[in-house]
Amino acid sequence: MLDVRDLAFGFGARRVGSDVTFSLAPAETLAVLGGNGAGKTTLFRTLLGLLPPLAGTLSLDGAALGELSPRERARSLAYVPQQHVPAFGFTVLEAVLMGRVSLIDTFARPGHDDYAAAHDALATLSIEALAARPVTEISGGERQLAMIARALAQQAKVLVLDEPTASLDFGNRARVLDEIDRLRDHGLTILFSTHEPDQALAHADRALLLAEGRVLALDTVERALSADNIERLYGTPVRLVRVGDRRFACVPSR
Amino acid sequence: MRARPLRSAWVLLAAALALVLLALVALGAGSYPITPREVAAIVWSHVTGNVERATADAVVWQIRLPRVGVAMLVGAALASAGAAYQHLFRNPLVAPDTLGVSSGAALGAVLGIFVGAGFIAIEIAAFAGGLAAVAAVMLIAARLRAHDPLVTLILTGIVVASLLGAGISLLKYLADPYNELPAITFWLMGSFASASRTEVASLVPAVAIALVVLLALAWRINLLALTEDEARALGVNTTRLRAIVIAAATLATAASVAVSGIIGWVGLVVPHMARLVVGPEFSRLLPAAALFGATFMLAIDTVSRTVAPIEVPPGILTAVIGTPVFIALLAGARRMF
Repeated sequence: MLDVRDLAFGFGARRVGSDVTFSLAPAETLAVLGGNGAGKTTLFRTLLGLLPPLAGTLSLDGAALGELSPRERARSLAYVPQQHVPAFGFTVLEAVLMGRVSLIDTFARPGHDDYAAAHDALATLSIEALAARPVTEISGGERQLAMIARALAQQAKVLVLDEPTASLDFGNRARVLDEIDRLRDHGLTILFSTHEPDQALAHADRALLLAEGRVLALDTVERALSADNIERLYGTPVRLVRVGDRRFACVPSR
Repeated sequence: MRARPLRSAWVLLAAALALVLLALVALGAGSYPITPREVAAIVWSHVTGNVERATADAVVWQIRLPRVGVAMLVGAALASAGAAYQHLFRNPLVAPDTLGVSSGAALGAVLGIFVGAGFIAIEIAAFAGGLAAVAAVMLIAARLRAHDPLVTLILTGIVVASLLGAGISLLKYLADPYNELPAITFWLMGSFASASRTEVASLVPAVAIALVVLLALAWRINLLALTEDEARALGVNTTRLRAIVIAAATLATAASVAVSGIIGWVGLVVPHMARLVVGPEFSRLLPAAALFGATFMLAIDTVSRTVAPIEVPPGILTAVIGTPVFIALLAGARRMF
């Protein structure tokens, strides 16, 4: 559904990445991995239309992304930022309602449908109890779930999450990742970036490895995230340890 | 989550009632005291058209009403513009003159006084100066195409305001020290003493247009309090929305500064008080800020013209109240730049 072909991205004269080609199938989870500065965030910002692509094509269900208005694009692609830093104490419900903005007329306010969608999103993530709490007074994990709820209220088919667990503690990481699994089971297409090969192995179907702005590997997680590839990506030797049936732990072997 | 909207409706009603009562007191207060009951009777006589030509009527209707009206309009305008700017810059500590509107208006007014222009011409020069300063800031910031448009705007505002300040200093230095310099000094302090029907007539359309625009876009303006990336990814044309909000807030602020001079603190402190009561959601915050601002400014002006034999400039009183409130605000701030 999302097709990226020969994409080059960056800021004007400063090219961060190039020759990136991949596509997303419906209800698939793709994990993007790469070291610091490999271009993951810049790639995501380009996909979301926040940065103009420097070369190549981006299309969604056959339509060129560049020709969509911000509003139309938001109806197809939802974004969960790495960390939401609230400036004011909006309630969680108010924050989730903001996800509806692409479906609300310029001079209108959220209506009955919008409230219903927001409450549904909160229910999907089991955080209805937070609805009236100010976003400034909940934990980082709760805030991340609220941001996922906002993306769900947007009712886009593709969810783009930029390092969704980067600032979370161990328990909240597991919780957010389990929710991501459930959303995929609900039929959403998910693109997320991470620094943890384990997370990709456990929660993604395929992995895209990005090294210095170029695709190092793009394959099923088991094949893309071989010990060799991970070592090449991060420059440190690793060992993959099987945990239970389908899980791997990736540990440095030095 | 109906609790907050319901409560804020009562808050707005109570604030509107308090404003009406305060206006009755303000219309009666002064060197020719009139009881609020008599004031109400005089106002009612003008509603019914059954006017009695007495001294009390002249004092209330001709002298005090325009002044009360200007104080309320300026307070509502500055507080609304401040609330809009605080959302726009994602920062509860910015004031409506962040983009140089006050400095531009001041330079316009000072230039008018310097060349010996008439009263109305000075006000027009101040209004035009305020608009021109913000337009210049917007154009320069847009040309810079920086990575972070908000920080660029704020820094450009500071730079342009300091250049305009240099222009004001130059004119003060060159001005005639016996007539022009005192006039410049008093203008820069801010005052409602010159308020007449002309000022009311010039303020009403500017403030009304600004408030209608902000109110129409109120819910969407909430999205500006998110980061640029979040708001755009949600489908908001942030560049356009921000430009509209800045234009509306600048129109109201420039019109206010043109008639009353520079009165600080109102646009900074009042939105914060409103936020404490009704929360940050802008379609509730805006009417609350406008009502609180009108009430606050009217109270300040009434005290400033009655507390001493001579008028105390209202900017001095707002600073005396604003400083401790601002320090309390800093102490409680969760996040700052």
